[in-house]
Amino acid sequence: MKIIKEAIAGTLESSDLLVKVAPNEQGKLDIVVQSEVIKQFGKQIQQAAAETLHRLEISQATVIIEDKGALDYAIRARVQAAVLRAAALEDIDWGKLS
Amino acid sequence: MNALLAFPELSNFAGANAQTPYLGDAATKLHRKLCGSLEEAIQRSGLKDGMTISFHHAFREGDKVLNQVLATLARLGFKNLTLASSSLLNCHDSVVEHIRSGVIAQIYTSGLRGKLGEAISHGLLLAPVQVHSHGGRVHLIQSGELKIDVAFLGVSCCDEFGNANGSHGKLSCGSLGYAKVDAEYAGQVVLLTPEIVPFPNHPASISQDRVDLIVPMNDIGDPSLIGVGAARVTRNPRDLLIARRAADVIEHSGYWKDGFSLQTGSGAASTAATRFLEERMSAQGITASFALGGITGAIADLHKKGLVKAVVDVQSFDRDAAESLRDSRAHLEISANEYANPSSKAAYVDRVDVVVLSALEVDQDFNVNVITGSDGVIRGASGGHCDVAAAANLTILVAPLVRGRIPTVVRRVATVVTPGESVDVLVTDHGIAVNPRRPEVEKRLREAALPVMSVAELHQKAIALTGEPEPLEFTDRIVAVVRYRDGSAIDVIRQVKN
Amino acid sequence: MKIRRSMLFVPGDNPAMLSTAFVYKPDSIMFDLEDAVSPREKDSARLLVFHALRHPAYRDIEKVVRINALHSEFGLKDLEAAVRGRADVVRLPKTDSADAVRELASHVARLEEKCGRLAGETKVMAAIESASGVVNALAIATASPRMMAIALAGFDYLVDMHTRRSGGSEPELFYARAAVLHAARAAHIDAFDVAYGDVNDDEGFLREVQIAKELGFNGKSLIHPRQVDLLHRAYAPTQKELDYAKRVIAMAEEARRNGLGVVSLDGQMIDPPVIEEAQYVLSRSYVS
Repeated sequence: MKIIKEAIAGTLESSDLLVKVAPNEQGKLDIVVQSEVIKQFGKQIQQAAAETLHRLEISQATVIIEDKGALDYAIRARVQAAVLRAAALEDIDWGKLS
Repeated sequence: MNALLAFPELSNFAGANAQTPYLGDAATKLHRKLCGSLEEAIQRSGLKDGMTISFHHAFREGDKVLNQVLATLARLGFKNLTLASSSLLNCHDSVVEHIRSGVIAQIYTSGLRGKLGEAISHGLLLAPVQVHSHGGRVHLIQSGELKIDVAFLGVSCCDEFGNANGSHGKLSCGSLGYAKVDAEYAGQVVLLTPEIVPFPNHPASISQDRVDLIVPMNDIGDPSLIGVGAARVTRNPRDLLIARRAADVIEHSGYWKDGFSLQTGSGAASTAATRFLEERMSAQGITASFALGGITGAIADLHKKGLVKAVVDVQSFDRDAAESLRDSRAHLEISANEYANPSSKAAYVDRVDVVVLSALEVDQDFNVNVITGSDGVIRGASGGHCDVAAAANLTILVAPLVRGRIPTVVRRVATVVTPGESVDVLVTDHGIAVNPRRPEVEKRLREAALPVMSVAELHQKAIALTGEPEPLEFTDRIVAVVRYRDGSAIDVIRQVKN
Repeated sequence: MKIRRSMLFVPGDNPAMLSTAFVYKPDSIMFDLEDAVSPREKDSARLLVFHALRHPAYRDIEKVVRINALHSEFGLKDLEAAVRGRADVVRLPKTDSADAVRELASHVARLEEKCGRLAGETKVMAAIESASGVVNALAIATASPRMMAIALAGFDYLVDMHTRRSGGSEPELFYARAAVLHAARAAHIDAFDVAYGDVNDDEGFLREVQIAKELGFNGKSLIHPRQVDLLHRAYAPTQKELDYAKRVIAMAEEARRNGLGVVSLDGQMIDPPVIEEAQYVLSRSYVS
């Protein structure tokens, strides 16, 4: 899957997260996490996002996450939504989401 | 005259006002205490560098006295003072600057919040803060460890002799429970008031015989910021679920009978529990002999409805509670010593049947943390938690199992404020855990078909939702010592690593 | 027999609610991808609901997904997410005819095969939201063996009828309620009453619950968690009803053990419908 434009998914409401996905000029995968619970769960958030991107076969993107204490399932869902919007894909390959 | 030769150790009579010349002058006899300004009062109090000053927190987030007095002391060049406010809240961020500039060198308090709590957690103050409970503070004062040199006490109204209260007047805060203790023990007692009223002022929560100086001060506090209003119970469905469950626990605990006594904290779920109890009390003809606290408007409302016979008030949490104190003969104002001091001759907490308290963290041994947040930063208070938890017949904690992504039930609390042995039941939205020390309570709750499970199971449920949090990282430096109500050290708080 | 007093609506695009709705223990949870979600967020909400369906916290609660209309650009995608997510029930909004149900059922069958779910495992329910729907209620209720319930949706129905809520005994909903109920009973499926929109009006809510209960509705669609407990209490049998039901069950058990046929209790024959009714009463016992 290729990221062709910048896209956002999610909100800054409590228990949610805002995910920004954009093409990465250097051809790298950069994941930046900001969170109210960065000390306690920063690693986990990073991991959930990385796994989700890996399953979607995204290897080049800039992903910025502003987390408001979301649980893992919401992190996966919002990252997936942002990626699909950034890849401008209408159809979901369900095998890559679960 | 001849008699004196027989008593050489006694001084000779030298005139009616020889020992108290100020009583011989018409003006000073009556008006000597009134100061033209705060500066004058400070000067007359004899305050020196290195001494201890105190305040009360009856105005809570609406307090204006502490900031004004410290600003003046800073301007006058005072240094190395020990600050002993009964508590410190978000509105007291100005203390940060006073620490930096050397005005304040040590702190005794029940709590630290906001920027001050953060700054302390990051190592701003050299000497560790002494964190005490409400009852414990009185014990520290009586034991001589905390020697208050000058107390600056905001009061709603006062006559020129110093008879003062917090319950009458435009800027009222209700009970002066904490201030009463300072007035009793401080070397110099300075009252700050927006209303000087004709003599004799009554009721005199603080009596003239404890007061040295009086300063007119327009802005002692904003009553609207003390707390949330009475009848407005939370609409949050989760708090309501927890509150209803807490009422179920009380009903089936074995302590539910006519004449029982009750205390609730100020949190949303605790206050809402009061409403659920009200329905059952009315339906079953059960009235409470008294309610103790920290009094909310919800309790005052029950009192008005005749469901709570007497209200015993060390602090009024909102306007409705303050009004009830003013208007009802059975709404009593007590000092922190009468409230919760374990070494007083009698404390009201020891007569409480059921108390409902909140918690930031609870661990597998039921130890409770109410002072440090999930990131290890100080943002709460010891308050009356460990006092009433130790003393009540049934101590119930109410809390959501998970707050956002933060588990409330943890392996080990970051800071122990209330030891597990004082806690009986934990009520969450996912289920109820009973301390193994109370098998008879657990049996009753299970028989009532309430969702009882082990605290370990609750912990599992929490972690299943949030994942296991990374352990917090601290440096070796101790920034606060948590003093149990008897003065002993129960835990320490270390500096957070950045 | 599955008890269905409370079906709690949870907006599909709201992680705060998705993360906590299960604590209220409703009999069913309906994840909403339709009216609660704006068109721009349908795709993101679909993914949230897909993941929520598979979350262990929801394992033991009946999961319903309200998809968008099949002919909208979202409907079929929602349906695939629901079936893949192993939802128990798919709720079709604005169902006007039996054909709509059959169309849904055939897509569900296709998707079950596509994603390896047991054929027939996914049930469907129809929301009646118009005059046509009411008039076709029986045909809708019997349109497919997957049908397990019909719900009356008040807001859109009243708009279609050019009237509005009147409070009190609500004559404006009488016929629709009766039609939906009769269709449900004739088809041996469950019937849900309308959602009550004013979450601050407990008295009004409970008045409506009483009407639904007396008419014989299995349960009600709920839009706020605090309605769950209120409803469960209102639907709880009285002590007298409970005691009687227990006696019925005990007698039936004894009769079965002794090889007797139908027995009688207090002059009433304890035949299968009476036993079933007694079991239903017991299942509605209030648990905190």
